[in-house]
Amino acid sequence: MSLGLLSLIVLGLAGLGFFVGRSRALAVVGGDGRKLHSLPSYHGQSVALFAALPAFFVFGVWLFVQPILIEGSISATIPDSVIPEGGALSLVMADVRRIADGLDALVQAGSLTEASIAQLSTGNTDIRAMLAAGGVALGSDVPQAVLVAATEYRTLSGAGRLAMTGLVLVLAVLGLVLSLRRITPELRARNISEAFVKALLIGASLVAILTTVGIVFSLMFETINFFKMYPAKDFFFSTVWNPQFRGGSDLGILPLLWGTLYVSFVALLFAVPLGLMIAIYLSEYAGPKLRGLAKPAIEVLAGIPTIVYGLFALVTVGPLLRDYLAQPLGLGTSSSSVLTAGLVMGIMLIPFVSSLSDDIINAVPQAMRDGSYGLGATRSETIRQVVLPAALPGVVGAILLAASRAIGETMIVVMGAGAAAKLGLNPFEAMTTVTVKIVSQLTGDTEFASPETLVAFALGLTLFVFTLGLNVIALIIVRKYREQYE
Amino acid sequence: MYDAPTNNAEINVDQNEIKISARNVQVYYGDSHAIKDVNVDIAPRTVTAFIGPSGCGKSTFLRCLNRMNDTIDVCRVEGSIQLDGEDIYDKRVDPVQLRARVGMVFQKPNPFPKSIYDNVAYGPRIHGMARNKAELDEIVETALRRGAIWNEVKDRLHAPGTGLSGGQQQRLCIARAIATQPEVLLMDEPCSALDPIATAQVEELIDDLRTNYSVVIVTHSMQQAARVSQKTAFFHLGNLVEFDDTSRIFTQPQDPRTESYITGRIG
Amino acid sequence: MSDISFPKGAHAQKSLLVLDARTRKRNAAEARFRRMGLVAVTIGILALVGLLSSIIANGASSFRQTFVNLEVYLDPAKLDKTGERDPAKMAKVTTFGYAPLLGRALAQAVEAQGISTEGVSKKDIEALISKEAPATLRNMVLANPELVGQTISLQVLAQGRVDGYFKGRVTMESAALDRNISPEQLEMADALRAAGIITLGYNWGFFTAPDASDTRPEAAGLGVAILGSAYMMMIVLCLSLPIGVAASIYLEEFAPQNRWTDLIEVNISNLAAVPSIVFGILGLAIFINFVGLPQSAPIVGGLVLTLMTLPTIIIATRAALKAVPPSIRDAALGVGASKMQSVFHHVLPLAMPGILTGTIIGLAQALGETAPLLLIGMVAFVREYPGSPPEGFLDPASALPVQVYNWTTRGDPAFVERASGAIIVLLCFLVIMNIAAIVLRRRFERRW
Repeated sequence: MSLGLLSLIVLGLAGLGFFVGRSRALAVVGGDGRKLHSLPSYHGQSVALFAALPAFFVFGVWLFVQPILIEGSISATIPDSVIPEGGALSLVMADVRRIADGLDALVQAGSLTEASIAQLSTGNTDIRAMLAAGGVALGSDVPQAVLVAATEYRTLSGAGRLAMTGLVLVLAVLGLVLSLRRITPELRARNISEAFVKALLIGASLVAILTTVGIVFSLMFETINFFKMYPAKDFFFSTVWNPQFRGGSDLGILPLLWGTLYVSFVALLFAVPLGLMIAIYLSEYAGPKLRGLAKPAIEVLAGIPTIVYGLFALVTVGPLLRDYLAQPLGLGTSSSSVLTAGLVMGIMLIPFVSSLSDDIINAVPQAMRDGSYGLGATRSETIRQVVLPAALPGVVGAILLAASRAIGETMIVVMGAGAAAKLGLNPFEAMTTVTVKIVSQLTGDTEFASPETLVAFALGLTLFVFTLGLNVIALIIVRKYREQYE
Repeated sequence: MYDAPTNNAEINVDQNEIKISARNVQVYYGDSHAIKDVNVDIAPRTVTAFIGPSGCGKSTFLRCLNRMNDTIDVCRVEGSIQLDGEDIYDKRVDPVQLRARVGMVFQKPNPFPKSIYDNVAYGPRIHGMARNKAELDEIVETALRRGAIWNEVKDRLHAPGTGLSGGQQQRLCIARAIATQPEVLLMDEPCSALDPIATAQVEELIDDLRTNYSVVIVTHSMQQAARVSQKTAFFHLGNLVEFDDTSRIFTQPQDPRTESYITGRIG
Repeated sequence: MSDISFPKGAHAQKSLLVLDARTRKRNAAEARFRRMGLVAVTIGILALVGLLSSIIANGASSFRQTFVNLEVYLDPAKLDKTGERDPAKMAKVTTFGYAPLLGRALAQAVEAQGISTEGVSKKDIEALISKEAPATLRNMVLANPELVGQTISLQVLAQGRVDGYFKGRVTMESAALDRNISPEQLEMADALRAAGIITLGYNWGFFTAPDASDTRPEAAGLGVAILGSAYMMMIVLCLSLPIGVAASIYLEEFAPQNRWTDLIEVNISNLAAVPSIVFGILGLAIFINFVGLPQSAPIVGGLVLTLMTLPTIIIATRAALKAVPPSIRDAALGVGASKMQSVFHHVLPLAMPGILTGTIIGLAQALGETAPLLLIGMVAFVREYPGSPPEGFLDPASALPVQVYNWTTRGDPAFVERASGAIIVLLCFLVIMNIAAIVLRRRFERRW
């Protein structure tokens, strides 16, 4: 029985439970709903829940546990001789699974019967060709031991599947019947179904935690693997980044960090004064007309996907800077450069800085401004000497948030900064960043389990820690700042 | 027309002279008519109190005297307000220059998030009143002494002004206003956020300030008006109902509305 | 107290009507500061205008396309040697069998129009037609074998350089240096255009066709990418809206104020700021390597984008829930509703416009997201349309922003036009979504 059909049956039982439960609740009180503690539909809901929940719980757990148990027992039977030189048991197990799936597919297609599978042997059949006809391509011929393991795998899975189907159905029916019998006028069915809904709500809010755990777990796990193959000291302190296809790579993070920080610095140098001045002008000076026009226009910049900025850097800004600045000044010949990526990223950050600063400047109480005006200060004196110093912590927080954005930005640097890992000062030269290298190492052709690929996870972890640190500091600063004026 | 004041920016003014004269002042907030046809003369070296129920327009009128209403877009002022015979709403007048001469203290103490010293030095600095650090120090010290807070803060001039108690903060704000050496000091309910002891200290200070400045104070408390002021103006619903010596207002009010207010029947 | 006096030299009594030098200086500084602000605003707006106009200038031409109109004789001797019109047997003839038919048809047209063929070989004439055209013709014939033996009139794509020539991207000078086209061929193309054999028309194929290989930029379209993006948006909507709303309801209405809740809240605000590429790594490690979902599949992209969108939706939903005044809750509780009933019957419906607005904005962000999709293999070259959902969610597909990136990595400059065109399409979708969000907010937003 397919998984989809099984879930449909359980859902059907639950649906049935809802209607039967509802009418039974009414029947218990002779049709007078007022005598029930809960509305009839709540009784229906609780019956449906008891029918579906335990069944689905067992269903899910079984699906998760069964493959682990079966793999454990099967892999113990695989002799070392079939594990290829330099390969791993996990690869053989992958083959086992695929052969088993292929046999399933063939049985489904009707070109193979259960009886004939039992007689299969590498001696009398070309398993590879047979499976290829069934749509499963194998990398090499199948050793007998693997075939045996695969058929064993199939039988075990089949038996497990059958047991699970039975258990799930029994549980569903049991839940349905028991909860139906439980219905009395006093039963607090609403509380039951509400407790369930609340559990669901809690579960949803845990997704955020799970995501973080998932991020940390996946980054840590592969990073540890990476450091087993490549010394951490070299990763953190080597100034050379030079990955090779055939091992012996230099994977020092310093040139990448330098590029990241340099590009981010240029971007902030551009975005912070502009964003701040825009926020000041729009909130303190601009008339309603200009504000009505300029504010949405600046906000539009925030809604544009980074790929658009990337293309802008690639086709417009890069060539412009090269042709009109870098080449005439003799500073470089590359259209992708730190300045290209930094400028475009700066444009991207303008709305970010300006809207954050706007909030922060508006949080400075009017009384403070009045005090300054009352002493005869001009607007700009008030802004520069009273409002900005008062808003300083908040503005610093905003800048840190913007910096964290800049460091984690990917598409603009992929398309605008270049791929050469260098420790240079010339902003017209191409340099590369952590994010660029994560993309190139994970989309390259190298084998997954090689240090050249796994280094991406170490880079990702570094990036995550960096941005997380900046964010946490920034949020603490901004929160403190807001409390000050509340 | 009205009787134009005849004094011309003389330094030595006596009791009969007029510092600020307001004639036919109307204030509009958008469409609403907040101040109707107010005529008031503020004498030098006198404390003038504006009293009246909430929303009567006394604070609005006070803010007209140094053009603080300019910062509100929808606010419009008509009529004439003269400082030493010069119309402060004249096109040629820069409100910045005006506010240096007509200082203001607000309802809630609003020290800047700077040190006590920098708070007081702010005005003199922006107006360029000191030629050097020593002079600035002297101005700050004088202002803090006049603000009657010098003894409490002289050992921690570089501590933040926001760390002081409410009463101290308000006296700091008064010292800050004095530091620009204004001729008139406007105070918008300066004690409403203070406890009784701090209030007493500030009231004492206001009484002292009278020797150098012309003080205009808006207050909710009739007792306060009686205690500190020599002249009192009673506002009601945007009108100036009565303006006279404080003693007369409180003992022989001419207008029945004034009498109702001070006896507690309206308010 | 009057003995305390200020040092002399303070501002002496002066007329208010005369500005002193210092005030004038201060006013000048004020004006300077103000101008600086105006300049900043101008730079911001100019950046926006420059960005958009550069994209439009580069990409607008991708919505037009050069076609060649031909009368093609489908020679049975070449296409169906058995004469049985059996598609299975006819499939043995590859596109190489079809290309000469098109070439001959164009050559005949050239001859019929009396266009000079000086310096242009037969092969050069054939090269004016896109390499994609024989495949189009072959599919047409295999779908309808009865066409063999007839002369059909057909509109096929012109070669990318010819297309570029009519759009101004390719010039005679650049053609002289170009291996793929010669100035003579372009002159012939001019003549063919004058004769009405080459025409420029709307490029519907850009929206429906799949991606094409490096040598055929003229055939590249967004069909698979749009479909892939649509699938992912479906998944994101179906997952992130219920999960996000449920999480927000719990945090806003039920959660006790304790460390655990604090942890969740800090978590959400931090997730909102985690770089998008980290979510890509998460997708690769968890969904592909650990769970074993296929690469390039919309389901993986959808899941990754869901996780990225959740914080946005949760933050918007919580704001919307917070905006519903407590009096509504009190009123419901006061007539004996349970907490759950008061939330689901009263608070949630009132917060719905705000929630939907936040969701649309979250979806718009997800639609433009590129970096995480690169890592889960969506950058692969996919020419097959994914199947219909739900199985189609597991088929390889592309996505709009990734297709843009993919095209920018190709050598032929014609792909820059395509990439910019694709961005215009992407921006149009975003504009529509944002307008929907604004309309929703304007129409239903309630101020309490």
